[in-house]
Amino acid sequence: MKLHELTVAELGRGLREREFTSVELTRHYLARIASGNAALNAFITVTAERALADAAAADQRLARGEGGLLTGVPLAHKDIFCTDGVLTTCGSRMLAKFVAPYDATVVERLAAAGMVLLGKTNMDEFAMGSSNETSWFGPVRNPWDLARVPGGSSGGSAAVVAAGLAPVATGTDTGGSIRQPAALCGLTGLKPTYGRVSRYGMIAFASSLDQGGVLARSALDAALLLAAMAGPDPRDSTCIERPVSDYAAGLDRPIRGLRIGIIREFFGPGLEAGTGAAVQAALDGFRKLGAELVEVSLPNLPLSVPTYYVVAPAECSSNLSRFDGVRFGHRCEEPRDLRDLYERSRGEGFGAEVKRRIMTGTYVLSAGYYDAYYLKAQQVRSLINADFRRAFAEVDVLMGPTSPTPAFALGAKTDDPITMYLNDIYTIGANLAGLPAISVPCGLVGGLPVGLQVIGSHFAEELLLAVAHAWQRETDWHGRRPPEPVRGAP
Amino acid sequence: MTLTRRDVENIAHLARLQIGAGELPAYADSLSRILGFVEQLAAADTAGVLPMAHPLEGEIQRLRADEVTETDRHERYQQDAPAVEAGLYLVPKVIE
Repeated sequence: MKLHELTVAELGRGLREREFTSVELTRHYLARIASGNAALNAFITVTAERALADAAAADQRLARGEGGLLTGVPLAHKDIFCTDGVLTTCGSRMLAKFVAPYDATVVERLAAAGMVLLGKTNMDEFAMGSSNETSWFGPVRNPWDLARVPGGSSGGSAAVVAAGLAPVATGTDTGGSIRQPAALCGLTGLKPTYGRVSRYGMIAFASSLDQGGVLARSALDAALLLAAMAGPDPRDSTCIERPVSDYAAGLDRPIRGLRIGIIREFFGPGLEAGTGAAVQAALDGFRKLGAELVEVSLPNLPLSVPTYYVVAPAECSSNLSRFDGVRFGHRCEEPRDLRDLYERSRGEGFGAEVKRRIMTGTYVLSAGYYDAYYLKAQQVRSLINADFRRAFAEVDVLMGPTSPTPAFALGAKTDDPITMYLNDIYTIGANLAGLPAISVPCGLVGGLPVGLQVIGSHFAEELLLAVAHAWQRETDWHGRRPPEPVRGAP
Repeated sequence: MTLTRRDVENIAHLARLQIGAGELPAYADSLSRILGFVEQLAAADTAGVLPMAHPLEGEIQRLRADEVTETDRHERYQQDAPAVEAGLYLVPKVIE
């Protein structure tokens, strides 16, 4: 039996039935990380000692007949989640030596459920990127083809789950950072409704858009993790006061009669032909399952990328002002005066893309430009939100591609920021409107995975997961694994 | 929108970012392209449209009780600081 091919649900059952212990399982994963991570560069920190201690504690709980389905199952956290006593870098030189003094709520809850921390995954710097190439710790490589990117910004989390170096991982999604890497690595990636998961201890990029979620091998695994991490948190006032469903129990809800809206604007000229064909085949599959497909138009949705590139940089310029070289983070050598301390610490600590976004945000918020850029973008955001609201009056879910192309080559899009930004053309809308969305594998093009995106109305996670689960009962795209050893391996 | 090197220097100063002289042309170019790209928003008819304040209209954000919940952990927090002395954060001299 290959332990790394089992899902979280299967591992949870195996642990409870004592087919293997959490320590055995954890050792297996640590060995896979030791041999597999060098080629992928997907972990920034491996917490081997902590993992074995977590596993031993989980085994004791299980031996006493305590714990739940997640107890003893290993996971990896995106290095954006503060983890008490563990290096938490956010992929930046600014935090390259930062040892978090407390746990993010997500970290705390999954640890309380008995999950075992394998390590912290590589990511685009401060979650700003769509290819994992902006990380101070170097790019992550896609396990399906090492010459290609895994997507971003949760590229490390996607790569470790796809390559079998962790059974599941957390991620965050501000403009597509869970769904796009999930699509490019052949995983199920869920971005919950804004406010469903606490942002406490999740290093802030754009606070009105950021949301934590899961990269998993199946809808069932995503459902199990979401149920354990979601829910009200007194330490995050934007975390919504609504009870959390038993998402796993709701998965078998029938989809016959489901009304699916096909977003016309997502099938334009930018969509690569093979990707479009795979998504179309999936839509036909849903029709065969008894769903009703209708075309819908969201006329303002094509403005979502320019809207995002005003709103997100504006919020980022404000959030990242906390890095001042004084209280924590990188500090320059021998500052002459306070201004020099700020400017050099930040100039050295941040990479080019982060500086570009801070400056974009500073500009659009500056006197004389605020109305033309920031206010205008927030108005267009209202129009996009209204488009979604109208669509959800007609249909239960919306579908389309997650990403316009499969994984692209490293370096292919690093010269022009706009080209890189357009990768998120199908994912950003859900963030602007605070909607939940999931990417599920729906095909392979040239040996590379393609993702189908399903967007729901606010708090429709249960329905999204049921739709994804129905698809995964009929198909085995989510069960495909990258070749071992990975293509392009030295 | 085309930004000059001078504009970039000004923005970088407002953002307290040191940008090397050699990097200014590249930032002027990429920031100009980004601003040019977002200018397509100007064509959207937003007359009378309220700017979006929150994605979930009608959801009430709780106010917590005004009570002290944090304990004093400054020693632990200062372990992450670049320079401290006697419990204080050190910065260059501010007043001449």
